[in-house]
Amino acid sequence: MTDTAIRLTDVSKHFGGSSGAAVDNLSLDIETGSIMALLGPSGCGKTTTLRMINRLIEPSSGVIEINGVDVMSQSAQELRRGIGYVIQQVGLFPHRTISDNIATVPTMLRWDKTRISDRVEELTTLVGLDHELLDRYPDELSGGQQQRVGVARALAADPPVLLMDEPFGAVDPIVRARLQDELLDLQRKVHKTIVLVTHDVDEALRLADRIALMNVGGVIEQLASPDELMRSPASTFVEDFVGEDRGLRRLGLNTVATLDFHRGPVVADSATIDEAEQLLLTEGSDWLGITVDDRFTGWAHADDVRTASRDGRPLDDVERFLPAAQVEPTSTLRSAMELIMVSNTSVAVIDDGGRFGGVVTLEDIRRSLAVDQA
Amino acid sequence: MISAATNPIIRWEWVVEEWDQVREAIVEHLILTVLAMGLGLLVSALLAAIILRFRWMTTPITATTSLLYTLPSVALFALLAPVFGNLSRWTAVLPLTAYTLLILVTNTVAGFLSVPQPVRDAADGMGMSPWRRVWTVEFPLAVPYIVTGIRIAAVSTVGLVTVAAIIGQGGLGRLIFSGLRRAFWTPMTVGASLSIILALVLDFAILMIGLWLTPWQRRRKASDR
Repeated sequence: MTDTAIRLTDVSKHFGGSSGAAVDNLSLDIETGSIMALLGPSGCGKTTTLRMINRLIEPSSGVIEINGVDVMSQSAQELRRGIGYVIQQVGLFPHRTISDNIATVPTMLRWDKTRISDRVEELTTLVGLDHELLDRYPDELSGGQQQRVGVARALAADPPVLLMDEPFGAVDPIVRARLQDELLDLQRKVHKTIVLVTHDVDEALRLADRIALMNVGGVIEQLASPDELMRSPASTFVEDFVGEDRGLRRLGLNTVATLDFHRGPVVADSATIDEAEQLLLTEGSDWLGITVDDRFTGWAHADDVRTASRDGRPLDDVERFLPAAQVEPTSTLRSAMELIMVSNTSVAVIDDGGRFGGVVTLEDIRRSLAVDQA
Repeated sequence: MISAATNPIIRWEWVVEEWDQVREAIVEHLILTVLAMGLGLLVSALLAAIILRFRWMTTPITATTSLLYTLPSVALFALLAPVFGNLSRWTAVLPLTAYTLLILVTNTVAGFLSVPQPVRDAADGMGMSPWRRVWTVEFPLAVPYIVTGIRIAAVSTVGLVTVAAIIGQGGLGRLIFSGLRRAFWTPMTVGASLSIILALVLDFAILMIGLWLTPWQRRRKASDR
């Protein structure tokens, strides 16, 4: 059993004046320390759901608990001071310096001055902001810098839960990608329970541990891990929403380490030339990889190996070509595939911290993507 | 008639001789302006708060303050004289206050409405109480608008105070009127130029106070990196 940080039970929201429910009987458990993406088209109730967690919108019915405590059991202000909140337009206070913006919640919580300034310094480093910016005003910062300040401000009082509403929607794609990476880095350090609202499939795939794909009316169409969502969409709505290239998208989600890769036609240089020739036969390969002290040193052409064998020369004597495609176990399948393609070889060599880890072929990648046909 | 040679635009001996009278007029002019502005700020703050709280009050309040603003000043001073008495300072202050309301209320409301929704949303999301949000976030952000309103209202009040001379009030206006009546240019020139200077100085002073209150407005935007 894993810990549930946020639990929504049969939560509904009806807004006055509209016929249907904005959110209808939604139940959702969010695991402690995980990133849950609420993904869906506009009007699907994802923002409403998020805002019900910190009671910026009061649910019409149902129960929302954070760490087992009903959010209605304390005042809305008290509750919100214990929850980080980041929005798309950042909403920094233009009349306050960056440092005062970050200190907003600690100031309300009446921390003493030294503690606040220590915390501001710490957060500035954590989110990767230049300390010189602390005395500036928000309008003097770029969009990306402002968004980092927004995250620092939300984390100021070290809340266990962070709510993010389209946090990177207002910055350009390059800055967005960088901020997304930074968020993942940050999450590895702070282990918050993060609820992320987004309409961007790629963002959800990239950041989330679990994705709740919502349809209009606040109905969850599918709750799954990113890979599961891509591999087996639960409905045509999910299929349409995630797009036709979901097989290819999975390339960006899975790493080389998830493949059942093999050693391939690779021998240690201590092997005899006969053993090498034998391996070429069994692997049916035109190339032979050679390692020295478990480090990959290059490829030898099969013809050269056979010539050497005929001439009675040792394996060591055969000319080797260095591998053009080298990947790490943490590389995505997408980058492995690209390397194989551009290097014009059919395999990539896995470099596991300097040691030879095996080879990846296009066929391995293809097999991993093939939807199980049970 | 005094000839042009003996009746120049200004006779500095007169200014020196009558300095007490001139100084008294400046002080009186300032007192009337400050009283009208102070009262105007109080009333307009209340009216703006009502508008911001109950939006449907916008039309009645704007209509009323607009109507007050359109009343001819001479007529209003004349009408109030019998009510409060010619010599009461309030006879001058009340109409002057009425004229400030339209500008002050409009600018105060615009200031609060200018606060971006995400800023308000973030304040709520951080757990600020509505009071705290209004006083520590919305009010400071409305200050530039409010200050602009105060500058316009103050300048027009300085001008209108001179008109109150018709009911025996009016600070520098009394110098202007007495000069006109006697066709003796010096008091008129002194009164007129001092009231202009007063308006400019006041405008500049409020501008400076406004800038001092809003340090974040002095810095320029950084370009997006």
